This record gives sequence, C-alpha cells and structure tokens, in this order.
Amino acid sequence: MMTRQTATNQRAPGRLSLKRYVGDLGIIGYVIRLAILLIFAIYFVVPLVWLLFATTRDPTSLYSSWFPLTFGSIDRLVASWTNVIAYQNGEMLLWLGNSIRYAGLSLLGSLAICIPAGYILAIGRFPGRRVLLWLTLITMLLPVSAMVLPLFLELNLAHLINTQWAVILPAMFFPFGVYLSYVYYGASLPRELVDAARVDGCSELRVFWNLALPLARPLLGLLAFISFNANWNNFFGPYVMLNDDKLYNLPVGLN
Amino acid sequence: MSYLLALPYIIFMAIFGIGPALYALLMSFSKFSMGVPQYWAAGLDNYKLAFGDARFFQVFGNLLEFLIVSVPLGIGFVVLLALLLDMRPGRFSSALRLLYFIPGAVTGPALVLLVICILDPTISPFGPLFKAIGATNFDALVFPGSLPFLFTIMGFFSGAGMWIAIQHGGLQGISTEVIEAAELDGCNAWQKALYIKLPLMRPYIVYQTILIFALNVQLFVEPQLLTSTWVQANVPPQWAPNQLAYSYAFDVGNFGAAAALSLLMVAIGLVGAVVLIRWSGFFKLEG
Repeated sequence: MMTRQTATNQRAPGRLSLKRYVGDLGIIGYVIRLAILLIFAIYFVVPLVWLLFATTRDPTSLYSSWFPLTFGSIDRLVASWTNVIAYQNGEMLLWLGNSIRYAGLSLLGSLAICIPAGYILAIGRFPGRRVLLWLTLITMLLPVSAMVLPLFLELNLAHLINTQWAVILPAMFFPFGVYLSYVYYGASLPRELVDAARVDGCSELRVFWNLALPLARPLLGLLAFISFNANWNNFFGPYVMLNDDKLYNLPVGLN
Repeated sequence: MSYLLALPYIIFMAIFGIGPALYALLMSFSKFSMGVPQYWAAGLDNYKLAFGDARFFQVFGNLLEFLIVSVPLGIGFVVLLALLLDMRPGRFSSALRLLYFIPGAVTGPALVLLVICILDPTISPFGPLFKAIGATNFDALVFPGSLPFLFTIMGFFSGAGMWIAIQHGGLQGISTEVIEAAELDGCNAWQKALYIKLPLMRPYIVYQTILIFALNVQLFVEPQLLTSTWVQANVPPQWAPNQLAYSYAFDVGNFGAAAALSLLMVAIGLVGAVVLIRWSGFFKLEG
C-alpha cells in the first residue's frame, strides 16, 4: 500500500516529471535525438538480424516469405551450423584458434610498439619527428596490393613464409595506432605535468612509464579494440603468406 | 632518449613500411616476365602503360566522386552520432555504441551475401523502403550514378562503429570542469555539444579526416563485392584505382604497372593529406 502510494505521488505532477526526464535536451530535442539514434540502429542491425535469420531458413523461403525478417526453423539452424563445423573435416575450429592467436599476438605486439612511439611524437622535440610523422602517413597511403609482393620477398628471405610470424610480424606495424596515440597524448596529456616531472629529474623513460602509460587506459582499450578487429579480419596477409591450410585463419579458411 | 621510445616503431616501420615501399618504387621501373623481375629494365614504361590505359582516368574520376561523397558524409554522421550518444551517458548509449560497432565484424563471404541480399529489393529487409522510392529491382538501385553513395553506405555500415568509439574516446578526454562551467553558465545539452564539445573534438576530427581520406583512396572491398561472380550488377570490374592495380598484378602478372599505379595513388593521397595537415596544424606540438 505504501509503495503504491509513493508511486502515484511521484506520477502526479506528470508534466513536471516529463520535463525532468528529458532534462536539458528539451522535449523536442529528446525526440529528435532518440529518432536519429534509432534510425541508425535499424540501419546497423537489421541487415545483421536478417543474416542471422537467413541461416535458419531454407533457400526457397528467402524469396517466398511475405515478411523479409522471418525466423525459419531451429532444425535449419542446427543443420547450417553442423555443415559449417563439419566443413573441411572440422578444420573450422582450428582456423578459429589460429584467428584468435594471430589477432591476440599482433595486438600485444602492436600496442607495445605504437603507444611509446605516439607518446614521444606528441610531447618530444627531437630531430626527425616530422619526418617520422610524414613517413607514417605515407605507409598508410600505400595500398596492400603494392606492398604484398615486397613483403613476401622480405619474409621469404628470412625463411618466415608459411609460419605464423609471416602474419603476425607485419601486423605489429600499426601506423594507425601510432597516429591515434599521438592524437590522444597531444589532446589529453597536460604538458605542465610532463615538464614538472622532467624538472624533478625524471628520465623520459620514467615519465612515460609512471605518468603517460597509466593515463592511457582509455587509449589502450580503444587501440586493442581496433587492432584486434583489423587482424581478426585480416585476409590478404594470411592468404599470401601461408599455404598450409592448418595455419589458415578464419577469413582465409572460409574462402 | 626520445629515440629509445620510438625505436621499436622505427625498426618495424623500416622493415614493414618503408622497405617494401622502396621496393615497390623499384618495381615500378622494372619489367616482369613470367613473374621474374628485371630491375630498372622498364624505365617509365609502366607509368606510360598506366596513363595510357583507357580505364585510368575513369577509375580516378570514380575515386574523386567517391571521396567527395564519402569523406564529408562519413565524418559528419560519425561526429553527429558520437555527440548525440554523449549527451546522455548511460546504459542505453553504451548499448547503442556497441550495437553500431557489431557490423564491423562481418567480412568475407558473409559480407558478400549480405550486400547482395540487402540490395535486392525482392528479398531485402529494406525492400518496402526501396519499392517506396521506386526501386523494384537490383539494377534500379545499382547504377553508375549511385555507386559512390552505395559504397559510402556500405563502408559506413562496417566502419562507422569504430570511428564512433574513437570519437567517444576523444569526448571522454574533455575535462568535467569545462562541462560543469558551461552548465553553470546555463548551457543546455545542445549548446554544450555545439559550442564546447565540438571545438574540443577538433584534433580527433582532424585525425579521422586524414585517416578516412587515406583509407578511402584505397577503396577496394566495396566495389569488388559488387563485381563478384554472384551478381550481375552493371558495375565495371575495375571501378577504383586500387582494383585496377590489383588487376595489373594478379590478372596480368604485371607487378611493375601495379606498383606504378599504386605510387600514383600514394601521390594523390599525399597531395590531399598535405593540404589537410597544413591547414589543421596536425603535426604541430602543443605549447
């Protein structure tokens, strides 16, 4: 009884609580914001739901159904997945493991390389800094189709072709991450803090380790996210560098 | 001492970035017969071949159209969505941010299937919408004039989530004191977004512009998907420069011409990037 009482009391000044609910967005602003966000949600999600449902339907029903977003049957779903897993004598799971290993190792390596580089480019004054920034840009502009043969020859020279390192080592070179770290430290690391630490006699290395790295937690998450995603989807690298199907990752294996 | 922190990167860049790039430069002056290179033997032939190709101006024209459409739209909508999500931090916004990101995980054959089915009004979940705008079949949606927009929409589908996450990271770096001061001055959510957050996002927006530009110059996957054997779309097999370079390398085995064309793409990309970097002061140190 008590609780119901309080509930009605809260609801009573209806207009006021609605205003409070929409807050400083304003009622019209609230609706506009929600509408835009939901329209984009539909754009991003509906194709995925459709794809997910497509695995549950038999091919003819894809065309015949009056409503495009229909769920087929559980049997179909089980059959589709059994087909996928049994594909190539169960190598699918092997590829999955490879994908995780390649993406994981590339991620760790690329972070260890690009965060200190981005940091020093953002706060350091040293000859060659601009050259490094320009070269980073140029390497990002180079299309994979031009890089693939030189990389192959290089890795061949080092006898790394057809090993996992032929995929992982090139992926550890991550210029996008260097630029992102550069922007992050440039925008959110207070210069006074760095200067104070230097005045107190901290070496560059210590400033980085004790000050800059702990501040980089949001950056770390973001970079990990992007790097893992890029390497998870890496097709061209493994496709060219590996010819043992036991070493394939998922994108190459499924192709 | 500064060099020590950059050293691992410098080494990796030399081996996996600059080294291969220089080799590509050498390749662009070399002749390839049966895959065996004869260095410097081609002189400028590969460049002449590329310039003389009837498709050359076509693919760069296409690319220009695509850049004009995709760069401003991509950045505009990413910044808009990032700001809208940031107005009300909380579970709903976090969930949407994650949701926007998920399409980035769809690649390979699944993406081909998806693109073809979504663009076919007879089976697409957006079919009713397409029919409402008068597109009743695949060809009514996929035609030369619509391609820059289609590739933009496809690229945005798989890439926007990542950029929204990056801009979100930038927005989180804005100090709460600044936001609180704005609130004390009577700013509402929209004014905060427009007058406080947007200007402070500048370095990240510049970063995104430069990278989107660099990535979009290399457009490859989206047009390639539409020319896959499954579809009978009236899309030329080489729509973008990167496809043409790829075709030189892997259809004809002329790696020299592929390298020459790739370097021309780099040159064009660099011109754009130089303008952006000079204008924005991206390489300048703060303070």
